[in-house]
Amino acid sequence: MVETIPFTLCFLWSRSYLGAFSLDGVSKRFICPLPERVKIVEVGPRDGLQNEKTIVPAEVKIRLIDMLSEAGLPVIEATSFVSPKWVPQMADQEEVMRGIQRKPGVNYPVLTPNLKGYRAAVTAGAKEVAIFGAASELFSKKNINCSVEESLQRFEEVMKAAKQEGIPVRGYISCVLGCPYEGKVSPVKVAEVAKRLYSMGCYEISLGDTIGVGTPGGMAEMLEAVKKEVPIHALAVHCHDTYGQALANILVALQNGVSVVDSSVAGLGGCPYAQGASGNVATEDVIYMLNGLGIHTGVDLPKLMDAGSYICRSLNRRTSSKVAQATCKL
Amino acid sequence: MPWLLQEKKGPDIHKFPDFVKIVEVGPRDGLQNEKEMVPTEVKIQLIDMLSQTGLSVIEATSFVSSKWVAQMADHTEVLRGINKLPHVRYPVLTPNLQGFQAAVEAGASEVAVFGSASETFSKRNINCSIEESMRRFEQVITAAKQAGIPVRGYVSCTLGCPYEGDIQPAQVKKVVKRLLELGCYEVSLGDTTGAGTAGSMAAMLRAVTTEVPVHALAVHCHDTYGQALANILTALQMGVSVVDSSVAGLGGCPYAKGAGGNVSTEDVVYMLHGLGIETGVDLSKVIEAGEFICQALNRPTSSKVAQATNNCRGEQGTS
Repeated sequence: MVETIPFTLCFLWSRSYLGAFSLDGVSKRFICPLPERVKIVEVGPRDGLQNEKTIVPAEVKIRLIDMLSEAGLPVIEATSFVSPKWVPQMADQEEVMRGIQRKPGVNYPVLTPNLKGYRAAVTAGAKEVAIFGAASELFSKKNINCSVEESLQRFEEVMKAAKQEGIPVRGYISCVLGCPYEGKVSPVKVAEVAKRLYSMGCYEISLGDTIGVGTPGGMAEMLEAVKKEVPIHALAVHCHDTYGQALANILVALQNGVSVVDSSVAGLGGCPYAQGASGNVATEDVIYMLNGLGIHTGVDLPKLMDAGSYICRSLNRRTSSKVAQATCKL
Repeated sequence: MPWLLQEKKGPDIHKFPDFVKIVEVGPRDGLQNEKEMVPTEVKIQLIDMLSQTGLSVIEATSFVSSKWVAQMADHTEVLRGINKLPHVRYPVLTPNLQGFQAAVEAGASEVAVFGSASETFSKRNINCSIEESMRRFEQVITAAKQAGIPVRGYVSCTLGCPYEGDIQPAQVKKVVKRLLELGCYEVSLGDTTGAGTAGSMAAMLRAVTTEVPVHALAVHCHDTYGQALANILTALQMGVSVVDSSVAGLGGCPYAKGAGGNVSTEDVVYMLHGLGIETGVDLSKVIEAGEFICQALNRPTSSKVAQATNNCRGEQGTS
């Protein structure tokens, strides 16, 4: 009853949805105002690979980052200056920083959990850094062995040094929609931590749904609280797709004025709290949605998918991106 | 140019229906698109488990010729074998009068007909034009009216066709109106290839609801491109309150081998409950039904909620 259609026909048609062709015929109206442009912060090489079991050689990481640069991503989180004792995947941090081809106009932030990491990052050529807080006390203690307040004091040192050297700092807050240890997290607490990071000098705060339990209602409520303390243009969302809710959560964030979205090529990076479950939302799937909404990202989806195929082959794993799965299986 | 509403007044994005009816299509649409042939007793057990979850509509089987859909060859046995609960409806697909009569004989008390917004898809899928299919459905609906049997309509390819590409919302509206005028009580709008996005869903619904009341509409989203929940969210914000889904995300996409198809009921219910929307459905029981059928099919679940829940079970008590 149902035919399989010729490869060429389906490929050409699906590529029109990938933004390769003009979208003149597609209606651009939506039910409420949405940002005209969304900045994608690509976290695959750091957050993604950090949560992959297979250790990836430096040259593969470098090639991945270079391919992502070619795909038009404006921000690519390159690596993390944490101790290799804790995160062996990021042990080649310096080699990666020195090896990548930095495309003009593209930022390559790196994680710096403390002053020591910051110094090493700057020595290796970092021009932007990121610090990682939490909205949950228990998560902070279990993850980085100190309270939220103590972590913010640690970050003050990094902020001070970064200000002196003119290096922008991005702040992350984890557990904004739920904590694997505490359960529900109060939006007021998220707003407090966001306010602290912003007033310390972070130019942008990325709000992370660390275990992916959030739903659109929770996302809207949390943003409502945070917006009171931090201007909306300085907020980003970092949604995990562990419960399949990421794109719906991102859509609601856009409806509430957010215009910066973190995502990971091929959905790299599982969930450390639910073994085998998925983690980061796939950049391909986010771009596909944004293209369909007529929102400009500057990202070339076919080139992005090439980068995704490359890293999945290197990791010998299947992509977690549904767009990539659908497009490759014609 | 900013993406603004053309009209001053638009739907309130913060307002959602208080209640959403889930139409569970796993046993029919789901299994129909699974390669593994499932024994009758397994289908019956699946439906019986789903009946215990609080779902109020479970699409049980399809009275098509077994020559075309071998998986549904046991339609009569399934319909007679299930334990029909009084508060649950068990619609069955009836593509023509012959199928309808067989369905009624087997005890069906609700049926469904399946049209398309795309001419090419209609011809390739059911071997006739849209107009011819409407004439066939008219016969079914007339007979159903006489027998006091409600009829649900489906329209496929509402957000794109694997053969024609883009489908005009005006064309979707035309087919929907026809089905409602013929006598369908509800029309389910299918994103057959899953290629739709929140943008195209909004545009299509905006067009359709200019002439069709939103309470008569349902959405049937496929998750082939991962867009289903965002599309469903958009539909809810536009007033739709009936959502089709498939336990464990049963039913791959026939147009992209190995890719996902139906959106999974577990993931939909999780989102709805998180939004404070009532469904009457017990999510943990749906997860159990999903585990049962996945074991029987020897395949992993396509539901992320089920995966996360199963994987978290092993992690309880560890930091």
